[in-house]
Amino acid sequence: MYQAKIKVTLKKGVLDPQGSAVQRSLRALDYGEVTSVRIGKYMEVNLEASNKETAEEQVKEMCQRLLANPVIEDYTYNLVEVKS
Amino acid sequence: MKFGVVVFPGSNCDTDVKYAIETVLKQPVDYLWHQEGDIAGYDCLVLPGGFSFGDYLRIGAIARFSPIMKSVEQFAGNGGLVVGICNGFQILLEAGLLPGAMKMNDSLQFRCQDAYLKVENNETAFTNKMMPGNILRVPVAHGEGNYYADESMVAELERNGQIVFRYSSSKGAVVPEANPNGSTANIAGVINKEGNVLGMMPHPERCAETLLGGEDGKLIFESIIDWHQGGGKLG
Repeated sequence: MYQAKIKVTLKKGVLDPQGSAVQRSLRALDYGEVTSVRIGKYMEVNLEASNKETAEEQVKEMCQRLLANPVIEDYTYNLVEVKS
Repeated sequence: MKFGVVVFPGSNCDTDVKYAIETVLKQPVDYLWHQEGDIAGYDCLVLPGGFSFGDYLRIGAIARFSPIMKSVEQFAGNGGLVVGICNGFQILLEAGLLPGAMKMNDSLQFRCQDAYLKVENNETAFTNKMMPGNILRVPVAHGEGNYYADESMVAELERNGQIVFRYSSSKGAVVPEANPNGSTANIAGVINKEGNVLGMMPHPERCAETLLGGEDGKLIFESIIDWHQGGGKLG
């Protein structure tokens, strides 16, 4: 079995209202050194696949079709084999 | 003219839309459950507001794959009239039937208030009972209505007359203060290039009779009916 650790984030250049609010809050706590905060999603997807290549193809397709919105989001993933 | 209101698990404006069409506009209308595949015989489909599938993952992302959406895409591809209101708009964006995407309101607050909409294009199936520059007062109620399109997309939308409504002041000034959610270029409603699919965040069904405080929303439904009765072209 494989596990994909997937991160979905807003694309560079797309304003992140949540991130800005958290940054302001950190500043209010005197963390003046914080220059920006971006908030995203983290997902762990476990899947069965005959080999890593197939698993990777599947994960990519899942990201493109459902897990991320290509208009405003980017995704990255880390795929590892795990014990089922 | 026969309307269909698509109902997803978590839709909550379906009854209001049906009421406006049936009781106020006196047109036949059915609910269409999202599992349905057959939508033959309808002239206009409305995707109502709500929180389909609990807004999980990303608003509209799961509803967009409901079985009925294949039929909706086909219907729209054949020129059928489709209206997405609020959550319905978000679903149409996810389905790629309309350009752009939706983000969280820039205020991070759920906004439930009246908004003023400036009519930018009245030569559509949805706005032909209005005049360009008309100001409509229509309520909004959403936490994620911050319409996003990049610069080149906005330019293309403008070129094609796809921006139908913009948030404005009551006098028609398109200014940031009149924008309840941070939408790019104050965009409140867009159509597809072909002009048969409309998405809008404000709720016309909530202001379709005076008892509800206004009937500006009725103009959208009346435009659709006129368009249909005129054989699908501007009168």
